[in-house]
Amino acid sequence: MALLEIKDLHASIGGKSILKGITLSVNAGEVHAIMGPNGSGKSTLGNVLAGSPVAVVTTGQLLFKGEELLSLSPDERARKGVFIAFQHPIEIQGLKFHTFLKRAVEAVRGEKPTVLEFRKTVASRAADLHLPADFEDRDVNRGLSGGEKKRSEVLQLNLLRPSLALLDEIDSGLDVDSVKTASAEVNRWQRENNGAVILMTHYKRVLEFIEPDFVHVMLDGRIVKSGGPELASEIEAEGYEALAKLSPRVEEKGVGKDEFYTSLIKLNKEKADRVPSVGGG
Amino acid sequence: MQAPMRLEFDYRQFDFHSSEKGYAFKSEKGLSEELVRTISAQKHEPEWMLAMRLEALDHFNKRAMPTWGADLSGIDFDDLHYYVNPTDVHNAKTWDMVPDEYKKTFEKLGIPEAEQKFLAGVGAQFESENIYHSLRADLEAKGVIFSDVETAVQTHPELVRKYFGKIIPYRDNKFSALNTAVWSGGSFVYVPKGVRVDLPLQAYFRINASNVGQFERTLIIAEEGSSVHYVEGCSAPVYSAASLHSAVVEIVALPGSKVQYTTIQNWSNNVYNLVTKRAFAYANSDVFWLDCNIGSRVTMKYPSIYLMGEGARAEILSLAYAGKGQQQDSGGKVIHLAPRTTSVITSKSVSKDGGRTSYRGLLKVAKGCTGVKSSVRCDALLLDEISRSDTYPYMEVEEEQVSVGHEATVGKIGEEQLYYLMSRGLTESEALALIVLGFIEDFSKRLPMEYAIELNRLVELDMSGSVG
Repeated sequence: MALLEIKDLHASIGGKSILKGITLSVNAGEVHAIMGPNGSGKSTLGNVLAGSPVAVVTTGQLLFKGEELLSLSPDERARKGVFIAFQHPIEIQGLKFHTFLKRAVEAVRGEKPTVLEFRKTVASRAADLHLPADFEDRDVNRGLSGGEKKRSEVLQLNLLRPSLALLDEIDSGLDVDSVKTASAEVNRWQRENNGAVILMTHYKRVLEFIEPDFVHVMLDGRIVKSGGPELASEIEAEGYEALAKLSPRVEEKGVGKDEFYTSLIKLNKEKADRVPSVGGG
Repeated sequence: MQAPMRLEFDYRQFDFHSSEKGYAFKSEKGLSEELVRTISAQKHEPEWMLAMRLEALDHFNKRAMPTWGADLSGIDFDDLHYYVNPTDVHNAKTWDMVPDEYKKTFEKLGIPEAEQKFLAGVGAQFESENIYHSLRADLEAKGVIFSDVETAVQTHPELVRKYFGKIIPYRDNKFSALNTAVWSGGSFVYVPKGVRVDLPLQAYFRINASNVGQFERTLIIAEEGSSVHYVEGCSAPVYSAASLHSAVVEIVALPGSKVQYTTIQNWSNNVYNLVTKRAFAYANSDVFWLDCNIGSRVTMKYPSIYLMGEGARAEILSLAYAGKGQQQDSGGKVIHLAPRTTSVITSKSVSKDGGRTSYRGLLKVAKGCTGVKSSVRCDALLLDEISRSDTYPYMEVEEEQVSVGHEATVGKIGEEQLYYLMSRGLTESEALALIVLGFIEDFSKRLPMEYAIELNRLVELDMSGSVG
């Protein structure tokens, strides 16, 4: 039995169709790279798997360890072993990484480490990932550079030790050294836990460090081509456009850049706008 | 860990009440000159105090109800007992001397246990009277006084007369007039020159009977270079009829002294909490109001600091938490009356289930007060669409050479924040609690640790009930 079975998955955001029939099977220990240009639906795929409230699944099936995921909330999925490393990790004022990470480990792993033990574990992982020494005492994702945020996501991956990791552009905005550092820690988790990876990326570079078993090309909400690692080189050489021409199914124009995240921000803004106005002096 | 005072949103926990059978005295409902004379006579007061009470009563009767702020139409002044003395045992020095019925109440609230662990002194008021009062022996030996105000009127008349009603005259507002007319209980704190009280002094106010008005009076005098931290807490059973709590708190911070006043207001939802609090801060002194309002039906309270001497510092940090049927109208006032004085006002409010919070503040800098620095910040968090938050920040700056900042934000719980935390295995209610706790962290990190733990516990418990 495959660890994850995605069957003809369709999803939309704000009534707009983004995923248009994704079928993919992932076994434990496998690394799948999903490559595609901005707006092809990579982020949405990751977030649909993690249970984001923004995307609505219209049809299709998601089986994880033989169990239907679609009816489960994000936290239930996390406790079953699904992890997503976000492209844009969100900041939470006043919540310390220490508290957040400890609560997450307790929830997902059912462990109750002492404060001291936990601090030791986190400090050592943080050092491996070149995160600041006072990392744990900072507010979640506040005051971290873009690269540090991504590495903090990888740290969480190593603490929570899921069976499936969805890595959403963990390489974007990172320099080569950072990609190397982050990748080494992803590989460590993968090795130790026989983890499965779905790696969403625009560029081939990260695949030099996290070596895929399979590469899938995603265009306009569909996987248009699948192959081995060599496919990544083809894309690098010929570009997505050439591949797009190969695919007779690609007709509509792709969705805009970062569609998923702009929708999420818009959703929040709409809510904020409904707040009663602030009185005057 | 033992909490220094128990806090509840689910007020059923506090909804126990002691028998009133043994009460020593309970005035008939309503307010009259005769009642004021009775209270004064029972307390064997000097003539000047009675005279002040009567003037205040007259002023209360003439003064109109405030037309701004919260809805006070639920108060029926004729339907309240203004003075209730539960027992002739006042200011017992050991809990064994307190009548069982009342001792049990304070045990349920965790007071005697906390006294052993975190506190330098405890006052426990039941209805209108302090039935227990203690102060650590070494502080007493250093000349620190911690008693009810009645005792101080007898033992230190010169000190009381010098400051009583001088910081907050009865004419200040309708409710300061009412308090001055019928005041009973509260705390008198005197810290001699250079003495530092290392652990907090805590007073706990319990309303027990229905339709009761509680009007305690607190006067804190910190002599030069001294320091003290005073904490007050409160609770009452739930009744359908309104109760009224209307205190007056006066603080005198003499040069170089440091006073912190922490309030953890956890009244039941039938209590109108209308309190006047003010401090005079002299040169290089430091006054800090830490004001936590999580209970009551209506609270109107704006702790104030008058910066009277050069280099004095003021800080007001408040938290308002309004749930169903609650209105927290709070904030703070700082009046800069001397050069090179500084102030920081920070307000955090959380509204949910239709609750309403308002920040109402005044920052005033008098002409000639150069080098003043002040910052005002209010942040509101709304947990749903039916709750409300308003901000009324008034500023009167008459001097140009000052640095004054003001910032206000109103936010909703972010869908993306909930999703982020839930993707790490936390349930929706856990995620919500962590976001709310993060929002109030600026406040809770300044509370003594034991109180912060109790507050955090309470918020988490509350959030677990608010996600269906």
